[in-house]
Amino acid sequence: MTIKVSITLNGEKVSAEVETRTLLVEMIRDHLGKTGTHVGCDTSQCGACVVHVNGASIKSCTMLAVQAQGSEVLTIEGVARNGKLHPMQEAFREHHGLQCGFCTPGMIMSALDLVSHNPDPDDHEIREWLEGNLCRCTGYQNIIRAISAGAKAMRS
Amino acid sequence: MYEFNYHRPASLKEAKKILSGASDAKIVAGGMTLLPAMKFRLARPSDLVDLAGVSELQGIREKGDRLEIGAMTRHAVVAHSDLVRSRIPALADLAASIGDPQVRNRGTLGGSIANSDPAADYPAAVLALDAVIKTDKREIPADRFFTGMFETALAADEILTSVVFIRPKRAAYAKFPNPASRYAVVGVMVAEYAKAVRVAITGAGPCAFRTPQLERALSGNFSVAALDGLQIDAGDLNSDMHATAEYRAHLVMVMARRAVAAACA
Repeated sequence: MTIKVSITLNGEKVSAEVETRTLLVEMIRDHLGKTGTHVGCDTSQCGACVVHVNGASIKSCTMLAVQAQGSEVLTIEGVARNGKLHPMQEAFREHHGLQCGFCTPGMIMSALDLVSHNPDPDDHEIREWLEGNLCRCTGYQNIIRAISAGAKAMRS
Repeated sequence: MYEFNYHRPASLKEAKKILSGASDAKIVAGGMTLLPAMKFRLARPSDLVDLAGVSELQGIREKGDRLEIGAMTRHAVVAHSDLVRSRIPALADLAASIGDPQVRNRGTLGGSIANSDPAADYPAAVLALDAVIKTDKREIPADRFFTGMFETALAADEILTSVVFIRPKRAAYAKFPNPASRYAVVGVMVAEYAKAVRVAITGAGPCAFRTPQLERALSGNFSVAALDGLQIDAGDLNSDMHATAEYRAHLVMVMARRAVAAACA
């Protein structure tokens, strides 16, 4: 059973013919060619696949593409503006908030959702929020620094 | 994941019709358990009935000393609700402690309790806050809802519509999360009412359950000291790679003390 799923991806109306069992992350990567969203564990634990659906961060490996029908989806590709990194991306670069970079798209999408609720999170709140994002390289310290600096840059 | 037919009804009536017409339909609420189970091919429904479009199942309403929360209300909505936070802050705190932010943005109250995972958080609140579970067919008291590991009183074609919680004088939830999965190894919810104290435990047994022994001790003396010297029997508790039954019995008392201390703070 295939279904035509139409979403607004990073501000652009797109659609794809997918199976009902197609995951949202598969539609984004394999059907729509946006490969910035990663699949790490594929078991809703690691957070590499975090995207925003209607403004809320979710794990796109644990949502069906058909469930996103008609939704606004934001991925890492939609974050930069006019060729200029988003302040949160810039903060990850500046503070070395990544090593291999595999978890980074999910980290940034998760961080942006945090800042939308809490524009000035302290380190403890950032750590609590990153419960669902795993990084195997950095030891998190620089990610915390980056998100704190990114939030500050977004406030100014 | 095996193939299935997907339905997204806009009303309860439509959902019931689809459920009765399919050979092996499953309801999907937030999908935080069902979708992983389908990916592992542990579940293979012929049809998936997604309740996300049924507006009757959304929302939080106050009726006297009761809070009625729609079955499709997401954990993040309960956690951030000013109404829940002002009336039953312990319930908002519990919702804010489930999983991680992305799981809380998808997972629902109805889905959590209909699944009756032995380590889920919400079942403790449902029992401790003397809730009534409303379905499309009837009302079920919390004490008769959870019947075993992943088993509830719900019939296969019954749709959970809302949960009505009774506002306590004070309450709190304390859990010992597994360091990796963050599921409750043991979670204890205590709630003090004018005439009774209710204590519900999750994570420790096949499904959430109440402990009359701790309830008796706390009735009339709602304090940490009232729990001094008490122990619960490890005999019926779960033993697995995460914790032995004896360790869980110990954790129950530690979490019960923390919950009472938090409720009294």
